[in-house]
Amino acid sequence: MERQNSVQSTKTGRLFIILGFSCLLLSVTFGLTASLQYLAPQLFVDHLSFQKTRPLHVFLAINWLFACISGLVYIIIPRVANRQLFSGKMAIIHLVLHAATITIVVTGFFLGHFSGREYLEFPPWIVGIIIFYWLIFGVNFFKTLQPNLATAPVYIWMWCTGILFFIITMAEAQLWMLPYFNTNIIRDVTVQWKANGSMVGSWNMLIYGTAMYVMEQVTNDKTIGYNRKAFAFYFLGLTNLLFNWGHHTYIVPAHPAIKQIAYLISMTELLLLANIMLTWTAAFRKRPVAEFEITYSFLKTADVWVLINLILAIAISVPAINKYTHGTQITVAHAMGATIGINTLLLIGCVVFVIEKQLSTQAKKKMNLGLKTMHISLFFFWLSLLAAGVTRSSGIRNNLYFAEITERATPFLRVFSASGIFLVVGIVLVAATCIPAIWKFEIKA
Amino acid sequence: MKKIVLLLLLLLAYAVYSGWVYTVGVDCNSHMNGDALAGRKLWHEHNCQTCHQLYGLGGYMGPDLTTVTTDKTRGALYAKGILKAGGKRMPNFHFTNKNTDDIVAYLQYINDAKYGTAK
Ligand code: HEM
Repeated sequence: MERQNSVQSTKTGRLFIILGFSCLLLSVTFGLTASLQYLAPQLFVDHLSFQKTRPLHVFLAINWLFACISGLVYIIIPRVANRQLFSGKMAIIHLVLHAATITIVVTGFFLGHFSGREYLEFPPWIVGIIIFYWLIFGVNFFKTLQPNLATAPVYIWMWCTGILFFIITMAEAQLWMLPYFNTNIIRDVTVQWKANGSMVGSWNMLIYGTAMYVMEQVTNDKTIGYNRKAFAFYFLGLTNLLFNWGHHTYIVPAHPAIKQIAYLISMTELLLLANIMLTWTAAFRKRPVAEFEITYSFLKTADVWVLINLILAIAISVPAINKYTHGTQITVAHAMGATIGINTLLLIGCVVFVIEKQLSTQAKKKMNLGLKTMHISLFFFWLSLLAAGVTRSSGIRNNLYFAEITERATPFLRVFSASGIFLVVGIVLVAATCIPAIWKFEIKA
Repeated sequence: MKKIVLLLLLLLAYAVYSGWVYTVGVDCNSHMNGDALAGRKLWHEHNCQTCHQLYGLGGYMGPDLTTVTTDKTRGALYAKGILKAGGKRMPNFHFTNKNTDDIVAYLQYINDAKYGTAK
């Protein structure tokens, strides 16, 4: 029975990762369509307008992150716990419900059914199912790991925090159903940003935690998960997850203390930045064990994006700068820079960690090429969004008509679409290697 | 042990802060009613936030609409016109006159909440 559970855990993990990659490929297809619609708004306007492509893209991108991280956790936790998965059946129920939810929501979006809530545009009853399968995931996770927090490595703390706060923030995002919240726009928008902002923190905890475990394995450095600095940064990250969301609400006329707290907390990120700067060269000198070269390359490239995004995040958290950047594509640069450059690269790195030993030299070359293509194209993608954002901001300050602002931003939006095409090529190269390898991946129970 | 105490303190602070945000933090006197509520329903059903932002929340295909009803280059009449006829980037949703009035009432409410003039 136990052996069966362990095999089940790996099988379910593999299917989750394949589900994740399918979401990613679909997501970038819709993302690319949406970017072309910036340039040609009439493209597919009757059946697949921007009103549908954007939510399809964002919903599937977020589900790529969640499906892939769930799969990795199912594969990794029995190894970390040195114990079989608590329940193989619960893992399958989780997988089926997650896949069914994606199918229902995507079909609903195609048919034009929306709740109209930013990022969570699906009907509220779907949230009941999502929370239910996260509870199943949580119970399976805690029963398998039975963590003793006092002695556990930091990545176990991060996984626990991620699961707990995903459930809390997903429930919090539904408070708008109550008239107390939804009849007052200031309350509604503030709580919406609060929930969404912290939810991003929750998936970051899950992804960073997994990447940390993988880094520990590929460098054979067992201190990574236990040293004081790692815990100091965990608590810094948690504080940001809990209180930093307010920098999204600088323009909302809520209580000024919300802004002051957010500003103060977001400046603690400077400590993170200083640490990266100070340890940068040392970190790059650390070599991985030979069989994990590609894993290491993905994780290290993600580090570059952590640095780039951190600088941008700190800059746009300064109220005097936020005034100009908020409500422009600079926010999209921040969102996509983080979800692609950090989250996606880390996740792919962790998937490669699982399969790297079975990759042929040819496949490894393809992965390297895919990584380089993603990294370089993302840089232009990100820069073009910044440039479009600056153009929009200056247009608004100068009271230009929106059509004129769009016209001025068009050259940058062209670069955005073009680099998006290369980004998709990079992702396809990587996915085409990972999917068959993960499909064939076997584990000795 | 110290780590667990620190964690519990942070969680407690979060619970207290959340309660404060839900009440005192957003204790503003700007309640939506009547036509604005009907407008908000239409706003949700047509997924308007995918292209437009309110208080910076939403997509970037179209302009921010937080103060569309009062700002210099646009105004309520302009908003009604574009809602009725659509535009180069804006689909024509074939709204009735009542629909456009409701949506504009909602946007007017959003504007007033921003300037603290909503009832
Ligand atoms: C791993 C791949 C990707 C991920 C994880 C991702 C993630 C996201 C996220 C989170 C947003 C919401 C941003 C916000 O509202 O602030 C977004 C928006 C968007 N993405 Fe992506 N994205 C990816 C790839 C692409 C690609 C390849 C394209 C095509 C060029 C693209 C085009 C867009 C567009 C047009 C938007 C809407 C921006 C707006 O609000 O107007 N994305 N993406």
